[in-house]
Amino acid sequence: MGGYGDVQMIDENGIRMDGRTAGDIRPVSIKAGVIPVADGSAEVIWGSNHVVAAVYGPMEAHPRKIQKQDRAVLDVRYNMAPFSTTDRIRPGFNRRSREISKVTAEALESVVLTELYPRSKIRVEIEVLTAEAGTRCAGITAASVALADAGIPMTDMVISVASGKINGVVVCDLNKEEDNYGEADLPMGVCANSGDLVFLQMDGDLSPEEFQVAWDYNMGAIAPVHKIMIEALERSNGGDE
Amino acid sequence: MSDQNAHEGRDGRGTRLVTPGASLGASEGRRVGHGVVENAGQLIAVKLGTLVENHDEVSVIPSHTKYTPRPGDLVIGVVEAVQSNLWFLDINAPFNALLPMSLGPGKSEFGGARNVLNVGFSVLCRIQEVDETHSSVVTMKGLGLRRLDSGMVEEIPPHLMQSLFSNSEVLKSLKSSTDCRVVLADNGRMWIDGDTHSISDVISRIEKVRILSRDFSSLDAMIEALQPEVY
Repeated sequence: MGGYGDVQMIDENGIRMDGRTAGDIRPVSIKAGVIPVADGSAEVIWGSNHVVAAVYGPMEAHPRKIQKQDRAVLDVRYNMAPFSTTDRIRPGFNRRSREISKVTAEALESVVLTELYPRSKIRVEIEVLTAEAGTRCAGITAASVALADAGIPMTDMVISVASGKINGVVVCDLNKEEDNYGEADLPMGVCANSGDLVFLQMDGDLSPEEFQVAWDYNMGAIAPVHKIMIEALERSNGGDE
Repeated sequence: MSDQNAHEGRDGRGTRLVTPGASLGASEGRRVGHGVVENAGQLIAVKLGTLVENHDEVSVIPSHTKYTPRPGDLVIGVVEAVQSNLWFLDINAPFNALLPMSLGPGKSEFGGARNVLNVGFSVLCRIQEVDETHSSVVTMKGLGLRRLDSGMVEEIPPHLMQSLFSNSEVLKSLKSSTDCRVVLADNGRMWIDGDTHSISDVISRIEKVRILSRDFSSLDAMIEALQPEVY
């Protein structure tokens, strides 16, 4: 969030640098069941983001001190590969990956029926292979498909989309330049069928009116991404390619 | 239900694929089955799988699932740990099962459990009880329950086991064409016994099924892979 107001990222006709209009999202493709050894997995290519999620479990939670007697714990690990950005990232957990792992776990816990698996652990691994902007949104979406693919009972599937503000204009699904030089960012996680909000973060300043526009853009992007998720799960279960 | 949440199943029996969160219609006059919950008068699918409506019961047969032990299930367990008077068995479930000495094979004295069943041994046993935290106790007291001293134990996904062998002819054909003894356990494991060549024949067919399942092939193709090759 650089706040460089002099970088022109949207023209007077509302066309962005990559040719999208304000409400357009980047091309999304999803594939389920990409890792045979995992209980469930998914690959999400969202613009230039390339994210893979794998789910293992439910399994016995170790160490025992993390066990919950009445429900399972979701152990989410978000990680960016060292080669995922132009500057090499130091391998291992850092402050940002811990934060994203935590918010992802909390978003998914609201839909996973954890009470069916007391004392267990469901491990969710999210690996970002190529990062462009919006990796946490792609990660949550990938994790949601991977959980469904693993047969984990869920009341709904979570889809995450971010909108933000560039040159004073609210736009949907920021790309790298827009994320770096934009003025605000509003990632949201929404249940696909019920429309319930399970995750919201905001970076930068948005007026109440701008917030409403960003909210509407995010909500509007849920249905098309949900359709792609369903098609991916159908393909992985014997549907047409 | 919207078209995007459903399609005709691959077995052609009019089953429909549903995803978690898909609305299955009003709950009034309908019973909630496996993989379905009721919320505000609506039935909601909670698993990815095929929708089955049997009279007034609505359920979802999951496409992928972990084995969940139920009392009475026949399972093949592998001894993971031994204590003075009990064994811990890996039964392919989230939690290890307990086999107390009193329900174990034959007679053994306190402290002598390792002499009867050591780590790595496979046993055919039955689920005796499962508590609310999914801990299970197994028994080896029963007809045919024993230590598996010969043959091989192979694994296939538990959800495939039921689909593949729902027709008993498939198992009969597998046994007769390979001249092997085959025991199917409910936890996705199968015991194969016979001469070395026959066992390797069965294992190669099972491996084909595993590869086909990873490639999202149809159930018919997997059943076909279990049949003897015709030259």
